[in-house]
Amino acid sequence: MIGFAGLIDGFAGLLGKLSLNQLPHNPITAGGALTVVGGVVTVALVITYLKRWKWLWKEWLTSLDPKRIGVMYIVVAIVMLVRAGIDALMMRGQQAISVGSSHGYLSSNHFQQVFSAHGTIMIFFVAMGLMFGAINLIMPLQIGSRDVAFPFMNSISFWLFFAGVVLVNLSLVIGDFSAAGWLAYPPLSELRYSPTVGVDYWIWSLQIAGIGSLLSGINFLTTIIKMRCKGMSLMKMPMFVWSVMGSMSLVVFAFPILTVTLTLLYLDRTFGTHFFTAGGGGNMMMYVNLIWAWGHPEVYILILPAFGVFSEVVASLSRKRLFGYTSMVWAIWAIVLLSFTVWLHHFFTMGAGADVNGFFGIMTMIIAIPTGVKIFNWLFTMYRGKILMATPMKWFLGFVVLFTIGGVAGVLMAIPPVDFQLHNSLFLVAHFHTMIVSGVLFGYYAGIVYWFPKFTGFRLNERFGNYAYWCWLIGFILAFVPLYILGFMGATRRLDHYSASTGWQPLFIVAGIGAGIIAIGLAMQFLQLITSIRDRKKNRDTTGDPWNARTLEWSVPSPVPFYNFALTPEVDTRDAFWAFKQTQKAGSNNEPQTYESITLPKNTSIGLIVGTCAFFFGFGAVWHIPWLCVLGLVGIITAIIVRANQHNTEYHISAERLAQMDHDARNAQRGYA
Amino acid sequence: MSTSTTVQADDQKPVLGFWIYLMTDCVLFASLFATYAVLFRNTSGGPSGYQLFSLKNALTETLVLLTSSFTCGLAMLAAHKGKKRQTMAWFIVTFVLGVTFLILELTEFHHFIQMGDSWRRSGFLSAFFTLVGTHGLHITVGLFWMLVMLWRLARTGLGKATIRRLTMLSMFWHFLDIVWIFIFTIVYLRGMIAP
Repeated sequence: MIGFAGLIDGFAGLLGKLSLNQLPHNPITAGGALTVVGGVVTVALVITYLKRWKWLWKEWLTSLDPKRIGVMYIVVAIVMLVRAGIDALMMRGQQAISVGSSHGYLSSNHFQQVFSAHGTIMIFFVAMGLMFGAINLIMPLQIGSRDVAFPFMNSISFWLFFAGVVLVNLSLVIGDFSAAGWLAYPPLSELRYSPTVGVDYWIWSLQIAGIGSLLSGINFLTTIIKMRCKGMSLMKMPMFVWSVMGSMSLVVFAFPILTVTLTLLYLDRTFGTHFFTAGGGGNMMMYVNLIWAWGHPEVYILILPAFGVFSEVVASLSRKRLFGYTSMVWAIWAIVLLSFTVWLHHFFTMGAGADVNGFFGIMTMIIAIPTGVKIFNWLFTMYRGKILMATPMKWFLGFVVLFTIGGVAGVLMAIPPVDFQLHNSLFLVAHFHTMIVSGVLFGYYAGIVYWFPKFTGFRLNERFGNYAYWCWLIGFILAFVPLYILGFMGATRRLDHYSASTGWQPLFIVAGIGAGIIAIGLAMQFLQLITSIRDRKKNRDTTGDPWNARTLEWSVPSPVPFYNFALTPEVDTRDAFWAFKQTQKAGSNNEPQTYESITLPKNTSIGLIVGTCAFFFGFGAVWHIPWLCVLGLVGIITAIIVRANQHNTEYHISAERLAQMDHDARNAQRGYA
Repeated sequence: MSTSTTVQADDQKPVLGFWIYLMTDCVLFASLFATYAVLFRNTSGGPSGYQLFSLKNALTETLVLLTSSFTCGLAMLAAHKGKKRQTMAWFIVTFVLGVTFLILELTEFHHFIQMGDSWRRSGFLSAFFTLVGTHGLHITVGLFWMLVMLWRLARTGLGKATIRRLTMLSMFWHFLDIVWIFIFTIVYLRGMIAP
């Protein structure tokens, strides 16, 4: 088998390609490295000072409670939002000043790393993190369940996601990041043109997080199919649950394609295969097809649950049942199906010919129809409703306006000849930012404000929420309308420098100012959080149902007890909690009369161990350190076998104890305790 | 809305989850088959499948793997009858057949590499080694899983949870059999047609 070993590149020495030379040298990259290291050290010191390690370990890191896992997802996603937001500001700053004889403050290679990291992190570690966070928090409650189908696998999913986050940020400290864009097209991403470890960091952070997502997809689908409470037939599910079901079906079908594509690229870079190479019988356009066969469904994976959030928010805050429930369900499944038939619109310029481009152009226009159905359903839900103009509703209204503009731009680009003009221009950049920022981010922001009291027991400050909203909306318009115009003027994406004669600079400056206003909006959200925690007594949610809402999660006390429902509910209609409230006299509560003992999973650190081993595996693969890969792999396998043969992974709570706890939770919410 | 007192039986969840996992694995192999279909003419001056493959070898592999699927089925029949020793015996036969398949496959790979026709030679060979190798990797995982289950069977016997896991293992094994049928057809049989 010596023949095998000789066929592997660069696996030499104990540390592979790793050496001290890989630490950053120039001031800006060193600044990035110091920020990451400093941030981690500061957090560790604060936890030590507050003596919170044990609490963190027992209550959070080893928890299998989907609510805890959901909060961890969201916290990580918000930290990553700040990181990738700084990347965005760096890009806008560079483009505002790097004109004519000035070359700005970023070298072109560094600029390329910055935009690659921005896109990668925003999609994989911000949007995906917010989505999985929201699903973990809301979905089990909405179907009247205590848990997800596979609580331990849920923890593994989170820790794989986290391992990906660590890898992506480690690239700031040692080595570099991919400079090949967020989807790393070959041949640029091949070893020949990207010889550093940057692309490998990109591959392995995505691969590890992606496998976590795949496991989540299986987990949540099984949960929805098997764990709905009694009486909740499919057509009685809340719309958020439907949207999660659609999104997770897409995960299950799309993510294996990503796994394959990333693996093949890594094989090309490391083992000298010829999948996507320019010579040797490779086919680089195959990569582009494969990555978008995953990538386009991915857009819908992110946005469907955000649509689900809007469906809940709009119905609750309009005091009306959701308009067109059945058409909404069909719209979701139409989107799920059609999302696999449009991938080629990302590269009409490949030259597949008029027939192929025509087909994909038409399919792209057709997919706008179910999306339009959803928009109109939300608007009709509001029509003649008693609208509560709270911040979740404002995020929704901002979304409708921006999303429609972005959608129209998208349909425009679905026309292949038009796309030939706009391909890879800033018009495209403006289009997909409009879709993802308004659709995905605004959606999850609305969700965070809406469900915050359910999980913390107090509401978020509306004043700062309002400031944040307006900063985001105005900042967004200022940042991206210039990009639409610049796209028409011929500005391509990913420029780190342009000539003064283009006359683009004023628009780039406006876009930069817009990005700054968005940053202020983000700061406002942090202020909102801080002031809300400060005034938590005043903002207390004493009813468990602060929005007078419709679905099951509002029927339990706030914050939700770890067992979710003392007694699992039984429903006979949509919007079961709303129906329940209509039949009850004012002031009565929904406290159960009898209790039963329940079974819940015990905490375990094995998920964290699997994540850690996966990180070692990824790090070894990036730096070509075979023994570290083997160590990581053996660690993962051992951990799984140990877990599979563990007994006593669950614990019971007796009926009496549960009754006492439920009683206490209700009293604490009312403020007696 | 009222509250329900019945407890849901959760036995079905892992099996459903495993079916969904198998679907994802299906998509994974589908992507590799698509890759192979795109690249299989890209021999880049190197050998084509017609020059390289031995149908005798591929057929032997096929028969060995199909037989292992059959013995795996016998093992499951025994398991459902509660016959522990018989279950273990059939799984050991399945294991031996699986190892035989793997040895045949690796011998073929080794032979190709010795002739200088490794995955580095051409896009076609990259796709060949990756597609067939991914199947082989799955077989390896299956064999390892079988060992763990044999160890567990010896220790604990045929409990409800053990039978459930054996069911999933056998689903996995049959699934790999089906994938191999496609590999045999699309890679080897199709490869034997002169270009």
